[in-house]
Amino acid sequence: MKPIISLSPHVHGGDSVQKNMYGVCIALVPALIACIYFFGLGAAIVLAASVVSCVFFEWAITKFILRRNVCTICDGSAVLTGLLLGFNLPSNLPLWIIVIGALFAIGVGKMTFGGLGQNPFNPALVGRVFLLISFPVQMTTWPQVHQTLAYTDATTAATPLSIMQEAISSGDPTVLSKLPSFEEMLIGATGGSLGEVSALLLLLGCLFMIWRKIITWHIPVSILGTVAVFAAILHASNPVYAVPTQVLCSGGLMLGACFMATDYVTSPMTEKGQIIYGISIGILTVIIRNWGAYPEGMSFAILIMNAFTPLINTYCKPQRFGEEVKK
Amino acid sequence: MNLILIAVIVLGVIGLVSALVLYIISNKFAVHEDPRIAQVSEVLPQANCGGCGYPGCSGFAAACVKAADAGSLEGRFCPVGGQPVMDQVAGILGLAAVASAPKVAVVRCNGTCENRPRNAEFDGAVSCRVKNMTGLGDTGCGYGCLGCGDCVAKCQFDALKMDPETGLPVVDEEKCTACGACSKACPRGIIEIRLKGPKGRRVVVLCNNKDKGAIANKACKASCIGCGKCVKTCEKFEAITLENNLAYIDAEKCKMCRKCEEACPKGAIHAFNFPPRKPKTEEPAVQGTPDTPKTPNQNVEPAKAE
Amino acid sequence: MKTFHIGGVHPAENKLSAGSPIREAALPKQAVFSMFQHIGAPAKPVVQKGDIVKVGTLLAEAGGFVSAPVYSSVSGKVNKIDAVLDASGTRRMAIIIDVEGDEWEESIDRSKDLVRLADRPELDSKTIVDKIKNAGIVGLGGATFPCHVKLTPPPGCKAECVIINAVECEPYLTADHRLMLEHADEILVGVELIMKAVNVTKGYIGIENNKPDAIKLMTEKAKQYPNIEIVPLKVKYPQGGEKQLIDAVIGRQVPAPPAIPINVGAVVQNVGTAFAIYEAVMKNKPLIDRIITVTGKSVKNPSNLLARLGTPFQQLIDECGGLPEDTGKIIGGGPMMGKALLSLEVPMTKGSSGLLIMNEKDARRSEPQPCIRCAKCVSACPMGLEPFLLSKLSAMEEWEMAEKNDIVSCIECGSCQFTCPSKRPLLDMIRVGKTTVMGIIRSRTAK
Repeated sequence: MKPIISLSPHVHGGDSVQKNMYGVCIALVPALIACIYFFGLGAAIVLAASVVSCVFFEWAITKFILRRNVCTICDGSAVLTGLLLGFNLPSNLPLWIIVIGALFAIGVGKMTFGGLGQNPFNPALVGRVFLLISFPVQMTTWPQVHQTLAYTDATTAATPLSIMQEAISSGDPTVLSKLPSFEEMLIGATGGSLGEVSALLLLLGCLFMIWRKIITWHIPVSILGTVAVFAAILHASNPVYAVPTQVLCSGGLMLGACFMATDYVTSPMTEKGQIIYGISIGILTVIIRNWGAYPEGMSFAILIMNAFTPLINTYCKPQRFGEEVKK
Repeated sequence: MNLILIAVIVLGVIGLVSALVLYIISNKFAVHEDPRIAQVSEVLPQANCGGCGYPGCSGFAAACVKAADAGSLEGRFCPVGGQPVMDQVAGILGLAAVASAPKVAVVRCNGTCENRPRNAEFDGAVSCRVKNMTGLGDTGCGYGCLGCGDCVAKCQFDALKMDPETGLPVVDEEKCTACGACSKACPRGIIEIRLKGPKGRRVVVLCNNKDKGAIANKACKASCIGCGKCVKTCEKFEAITLENNLAYIDAEKCKMCRKCEEACPKGAIHAFNFPPRKPKTEEPAVQGTPDTPKTPNQNVEPAKAE
Repeated sequence: MKTFHIGGVHPAENKLSAGSPIREAALPKQAVFSMFQHIGAPAKPVVQKGDIVKVGTLLAEAGGFVSAPVYSSVSGKVNKIDAVLDASGTRRMAIIIDVEGDEWEESIDRSKDLVRLADRPELDSKTIVDKIKNAGIVGLGGATFPCHVKLTPPPGCKAECVIINAVECEPYLTADHRLMLEHADEILVGVELIMKAVNVTKGYIGIENNKPDAIKLMTEKAKQYPNIEIVPLKVKYPQGGEKQLIDAVIGRQVPAPPAIPINVGAVVQNVGTAFAIYEAVMKNKPLIDRIITVTGKSVKNPSNLLARLGTPFQQLIDECGGLPEDTGKIIGGGPMMGKALLSLEVPMTKGSSGLLIMNEKDARRSEPQPCIRCAKCVSACPMGLEPFLLSKLSAMEEWEMAEKNDIVSCIECGSCQFTCPSKRPLLDMIRVGKTTVMGIIRSRTAK
C-alpha cells in the first residue's frame, strides 16, 4: 500500500467555487421570478440570451484563444455574470446587442485579465456600461410592467429614477408625486431594468447569502446605510430630493449593493476596507444620481471604487493578533 | 484667424517654458556617474540573472569599474557573456582580461523512476521546496531529486527540462550559462556548478546520498554506498574524497582516466561527453547525456569475462 | 461562553473514540527511542549496545538547557543505536531495545493511591521544577517543548496564572477527554504542582463545550481547590493554540514574536502534561508512556491506548483491528496539524497524541483553482493575517514584503487552507515563506 503524503492540513471544509457561485444564483431566483412576472417574455429572452452568450464566450475564448484545456464554465462564474448582466438590461433590448454586451463583459472584462480572479472591474458592470455608452437610446428606453408577451415591441415609460431626476432639474417637488407608491417600488411594479424590480425580494436574496456565509453584511449595509443617511440629509434640506425609503428602492441600488458590489474578485479583502468601500460607493451613487448627467449612478460608482480596491487592500490590513488597537 | 494665432502662441510659449524648466532641473539634479560604467554596461548581455554575484548587469558594470581602479579584474566574470564579453570589458577599462574556465550545471542524482522506487504518493503544491518539507519525500532517499522542477522554473536560459520518463531534470549544455540559479533553487543542493572540463568532458559522482551504504542501497540502485573503491583507484591523483558515506571528485585534480567509473560497483560515477566505449558490465541506465549512452539494450558486444 | 476573538473554523469533530475507556496497549517486541522527541538539542545516549535496562532506566541525557532526557519504557537489552525513520519523516538517531519481560526500576512508585500536595510539605518550587526536568517531561499536546524551561520564566518576566489546555480542538483526538474522565484527581494535583512551581495563586482549566461530562466532573472535583477555575469554552478550532487559549481564558493577546506567553504572565500546559507531572513528582515515574488515540472512519475499534513510548505504530493499529483496506493516509496527530507518515514502522514518541488512519477518498486533495479573492481565508485566520497574500508572496519569493505582512506570526494551524473554496495549497506555500523569512531574520540578528 502506497501511503499518500502531504503537509497538513489533511481535511477540507467542503466549500467550493461552485457552491458560492450557484449560491448567489439561487439568491437571485426570487427576484428572477418577480422580473419574469412583471416584464414577461422580454425578461425571459434577455436573461436566457445573456447567460447563454456569457457561457459560450467564456468556453470559446478559453478553448480557442487561450488554448487551455480546463473547464472554466463548470465553476458557475460565467453563469452568474450572465445573470447579473441580464439584470442590468431593459427587457426590450434586441438579441444582437445582448450578445455584443456579453462578448465585451466576458472577453474584455474578464478574460483579457487572465480569467477568474484576475479582473480589476466587475465584468457584468463593464458590459453594462459599454452597452450604455455604445447604444444609449436602446439602453435607456425602459418598458412598462405587465406586458407579458411583449419583447422588443413593448411600450416604454418613465422610470422612478428619471422622475427623480426631472424633479431636481426642474426644481419642482410636485413632480415627485408621479412616483409609484412605496409598496409598489418595494415589490417591484415599476419600470426600469430587469434587476430594478422588487427591492424586497433582492433583500431576501441578500439575507440568504449572508446566512449561507457567501457574503458578509459589511458591504450591503454600508452602501444602503450611507445612501439612506445622505438621501435623508438632502431631502431635509430641499423637498425636490425624494424620501430615503423611495431612494433605497429605486433603480439598481438594491441589486448593486447586494449582488454587484459584493463581487469577490473586485471588492476589498478586509472588513475595514469593505466598509470604506461601501460608504464611498454610497456617496458616489447619490452624487451621480442627483448632480450627474445620468439618472443611474450605481454602476459608475461601483466601477470607480473597483479601481480603488487595490489601494484599499494595501492600506486596510486586518487587526493582527496581539496588536494594540490605537485609538 | 486671430484665435488660431493666439492658440499657437500660447502653446508655443508653454512648450518653451516646459523645455527650459526640464533642462534646468535635469542639469541641477543630474546624477554624476562614471561614464565607463555605462560603456561597460553596454557590452554586457543585459540578462540581469545575477550569475556574476552582483545585482544585475549595471551592478556588475559598477563593480568592474571599481575593480579596474584597484588594478585587476580578478574574480569578476560574467558567466552568460563568457570570455568574449570579459575581453571586451577589459578592453574598455584598459586592462588585460582574466581567463576563467567555463562551468556548467550538473545534476548529481541518477535516481530515476527505475533506479529509485517510489514508496509513497505526494499530494500538494507542486514545488520541490514544499515536497522537501514532508521529510524524505516519496522515496527512501532523503537526498535525491524531488522531481517537481523548481530548478526548471528558475532557469532563465531554457537550459533545463524535466524528463518525464526518468523524473529527473536534464541540462542542455549549449544553453547553460552556469549562472547558478538552479543550484540555489534546489532545496537539497543536488545541482552543482562544475568545471565544464577539456572538450566538455568531466567525470562526476551522480549521487548526493549521505546515508550509510545499506540504507542508500535499499533506496536506490544507482546510489553511492560509500565503499571507497573509487578512492583507491585514484590514489595517484588523489582527486576523490569520501565524506559522510559519499564520494566526491575534485574537478581540478581529475585527470579523466575513468578508472573510478570502472571500479564503481553501483555505476554511480558517470563520464560526460567521452567517446563511447564497450561497456564491460551491465550498468543501470543513466539519463540525459548524448554521447555516452549506457542503456542496457545497446550492449551489442558480448560481455567480456572479468 | 468564552472563546478567542479573531478568526477560527469549525471542522467536523469525528470524536469516534470519545466513549472508549483507556486501555493498556501490549508491550512491543522491540522499542525504538528517538533522540529527537522534544524541541531543542537532541538527547545524548548514555547506554551502549548490549546494556541491560529496566523500565525507567535513563537511556539518554539532555543535550542542553532546552532539551530533555529519555528514559526506557521497557526492560530488555540495547540492540543498537542507529538512524531510523521517525515521525518527522526523516531518519534520525534512536536507541533500539529488544524487549524482555517488564521489570521496573525500584524507585518508581507504582501504587494508585492519590498523593496530595498537602501530604508533601517539603516540595518547594525549585524541587518541583528539578523533578520535572529530570523526569524528561515535555509538552504532551504535541509541541514537545521541554516543561522545565517553560516553568523557569526568563529574568524580567513574572508568571501571573497557570492555564491548563484541556481543549483538544483537533478532530478525532480524545486522549485528553478520557484522561479527565478517568484521572481527574491526579490532574488537579498536577495543576497544583505547576502553580507551586511558578509561584502563582490562580489556575484555569479550559475545556471545550463538546465534552460536557468532563466539564461536569472536573468542576465537581475542583471544588476542593478554590484556586483552580474550570472554564468552559465555545467549540472553535484552533482554540488549543497557546495564544488563542490565553485570549479565550483571560482575554490577553500575546504580541507578535519574539513575545511569548510569559510576557503576558501566562504559563500554559497541556492537561496530559499536568498528569505526567503528577506522576513524575509524586510517584517518581519518568515520562515513559502516554495516552494515544488510534482512530479513523474505517478503523474497527477506535480506542484510547495507554502505550509505552517507542512502540511502533504498526502494533498500535493492530490492537485496534488492523490497518483498513481503504487506507490512503497514515497521520501522526490530528487531521489539521498532524504529519502524514511514510510507514507504520515509525515509533511512538512523547509527542504522539494520535494515530489517524484516513481513507483514500478523504485523503486525496482536489485540484486547486485560481484564487477568487473571496477573503474567507482572511476571516478564518486566528492570527489576523492575510493568507492569500502571504501564499502569493512566498510563491513569488518576495521575502521582504512577506516579512512586512507578518508571516512569522503564522501558527500553521491550517484554518486558511481548510476554508479556501478554490482548494489552494495556501499553507504549503506559506510554510516555505515562513522558513525562509525566519532564516533571513536569524542571519540578520547574528551579524
